[in-house]
Amino acid sequence: MADIALKSSGRAAPREATAWERLKTNNSWLSIWFMLPAAAFLILFLAYPLGLGVWLSFTDTKIGRSGEFVGIENYEWLWDDSVFWLSVFNTLLYTIVASAIKFAVGLYLALLLNENLPFKAILRAVVLIPFIVPTVLSAIAFWWIYDSQFSIVSWTLRNLGLISSNIDFLGDVWNARWSVIFANIWRGVPFVAITLLAGLQTVSPSLYEAATIDGATPWQRFRYITYPLLTPIIAVVMTFSVLFTFTDFQLIWVLTRGGPVNATQLMATLSYQRAIIAGQLGEGAAISTAMIPFLLAAILISWFGLQRRKWQQGESND
Amino acid sequence: MTFFTRRTLVKGGTAAAAAGALTGPALLDWAKAWAQSAPWKPEKGAQLSILRWKYFVQSEDDAFVALMDSFTKATGVKVTIARESFEDVQPKASVAANTGAGPDLFWGLYSLPHLFPQKCLDVSDVADYLGKKYGGWVPTAITYGKGTGNKWLAIPVCYGGNLPNYRIEASKKAGFSKFPATTDELLAYAKAMKAQGTPGGMALGHASGDGNAWVYWCLWAFGGNVVDKNDKVIISSPETEKALEYAKQLYASMVPGTASWNDAFNNKAFLGGEIHWTNNGISIYVAAQNDPSKKQIAEDMDHGSWPVGPVGKPTEFALLFPLMAMTYTKYPQACKALMAYMLEADQFNKWLIASKGYLSHCLNAYDANPVWTADRKTTPYRDVAKRTLTAGGLGSVGEKAASAIADFVVLDMFAAVCTGREEPKGAIKIADRQLRRIYR
Repeated sequence: MADIALKSSGRAAPREATAWERLKTNNSWLSIWFMLPAAAFLILFLAYPLGLGVWLSFTDTKIGRSGEFVGIENYEWLWDDSVFWLSVFNTLLYTIVASAIKFAVGLYLALLLNENLPFKAILRAVVLIPFIVPTVLSAIAFWWIYDSQFSIVSWTLRNLGLISSNIDFLGDVWNARWSVIFANIWRGVPFVAITLLAGLQTVSPSLYEAATIDGATPWQRFRYITYPLLTPIIAVVMTFSVLFTFTDFQLIWVLTRGGPVNATQLMATLSYQRAIIAGQLGEGAAISTAMIPFLLAAILISWFGLQRRKWQQGESND
Repeated sequence: MTFFTRRTLVKGGTAAAAAGALTGPALLDWAKAWAQSAPWKPEKGAQLSILRWKYFVQSEDDAFVALMDSFTKATGVKVTIARESFEDVQPKASVAANTGAGPDLFWGLYSLPHLFPQKCLDVSDVADYLGKKYGGWVPTAITYGKGTGNKWLAIPVCYGGNLPNYRIEASKKAGFSKFPATTDELLAYAKAMKAQGTPGGMALGHASGDGNAWVYWCLWAFGGNVVDKNDKVIISSPETEKALEYAKQLYASMVPGTASWNDAFNNKAFLGGEIHWTNNGISIYVAAQNDPSKKQIAEDMDHGSWPVGPVGKPTEFALLFPLMAMTYTKYPQACKALMAYMLEADQFNKWLIASKGYLSHCLNAYDANPVWTADRKTTPYRDVAKRTLTAGGLGSVGEKAASAIADFVVLDMFAAVCTGREEPKGAIKIADRQLRRIYR
């Protein structure tokens, strides 16, 4: 009896935690549950459609009826399809030219906007407008500007006496390509410009002052201070820009529907036309899936580039 | 089989004769009587939704809405109307068919029902009823409705005729008092019109209505064909090459830029006086009549039939508008009742008149509708249903023909040759390869 009394009057000894209690406070276990909503969202709306798309590309599904597994037949057929390769060429041309020019113009704009200008805030807002306007609206506006009969550009040039007949913007193969690329550049420059501007703001002015004191020219200041410090931002913004440009659909669809004669047909628009409009879901899915290697390459370049300390911190030791 | 008492028939007769001057109560009585005696009684509490292509003639759409309203008054079934542009009806219908949910009825283009035949309600009873009552269906309508099977998958409501539109004065000055009747004459006409500064143009971009109408006409006029009657691909032939060479010569006399045209471009250009001949439905004429500033274009324009080519007979390609009900609908009887109601003389006559010739009937009895003779310029559109061939050419109108049209295989082939991107043999090779894949 005395033992019991002794035991109960003292503080209770800490008992062993049960397995459940250990689990409840285990960080790894808890983190899984916290991540579950986000993971479910990503899996449902990103991973599942992607997986389904890739699966569809291995079947001969048509809209309106399910198909069966056909292996790589869709890809074999696409391999010999001249329209498909034309769309690949168009997509690469469109992406490379548009991204390069967007980068150059965007960087230049960012450098200008970084200066102390009057109405700086308003200018920066105005520059952002092309990016904010819904793509379809600006595409329709360009559609009228590029019209082969009623274009304002043709009309102006004709009245100035510089040309004698309307410019065939969207009916001629190369004209159509440059017109579409121009529209994309107009739309995409603000994104690059504003993001690079944000990056420029992080460059410490004391670095510029030190360089100026040492007698650096503006070009040298740009080459040795601005550019290296901007490199991480450039990597990020150009990755996004390339991704968006490569998968562009709205602009092409509204302006040319992929014409004339498939001259502006990108992989995204060809995939839509084959899959939804012509009803061949399997083939369309194959075209979409064929975009993945290119996109992956673009991301990996950026990914491995960012791993290098030089890109991260702008120094020369890796 | 009589569905009506003499009283309702007389009422219906007077109502049809006085089309246009119909008073509300008479129509309502007739409609209610129809609803009571029609073989398809809508389910209790039925509600329907119908998706249709966006109108090109406003009055046609107004008449359509009025028709749906009168159906609601007669049967108590509420009908919700949704409209999509031409090209978007098919994707929406396809998605609805795939997912098993969406509008109950689709009023679409060409061989839409044959893209998913198992998802379309069997409407053979409605088709038989209408055929017997109104002088029979034209043969192409039967092909479109049944495909290669025995059941009607859709009701061919009407054709949208696509015919040459031309300016009279300019053509007279070029030496043509009426539209050319043969392909050789057309080539001479196009050259003459261009020489005097009044050229024309036909769409070579992905224009699903206008573009397909003229390239298929051209292909068939020279004896070319996509498939034979067994759906074997026969596009690779000397006749196809001839058709392509002809089109290339015709293109040389057109305004520049037609390779980028979709369906709306030629309307704009014609009404703006930039082109003086093109192919279109009657919408250009109607638009010109409705706009006071374009009245002189309306007076100066007329419509012709498609010229006949070396094959020696008409090879037109009109746009069929089939109406189909989906098997997932909760109210199949209501759908059938609506389909039959739409094509009954009282409703359909008024609707034809309101569309001003944009819709061409598929039932022979409607040849007598006054819209075809009230304005002489509308008459060419009356016989569109009789002169047209079907979307599969010699072959079936099923899923494969629909795919071939929707993927613009023939249109791209013509565009490639006309713009000089490909030689005829090269373009035919590409088209042949794509068609073999579609028809495999």
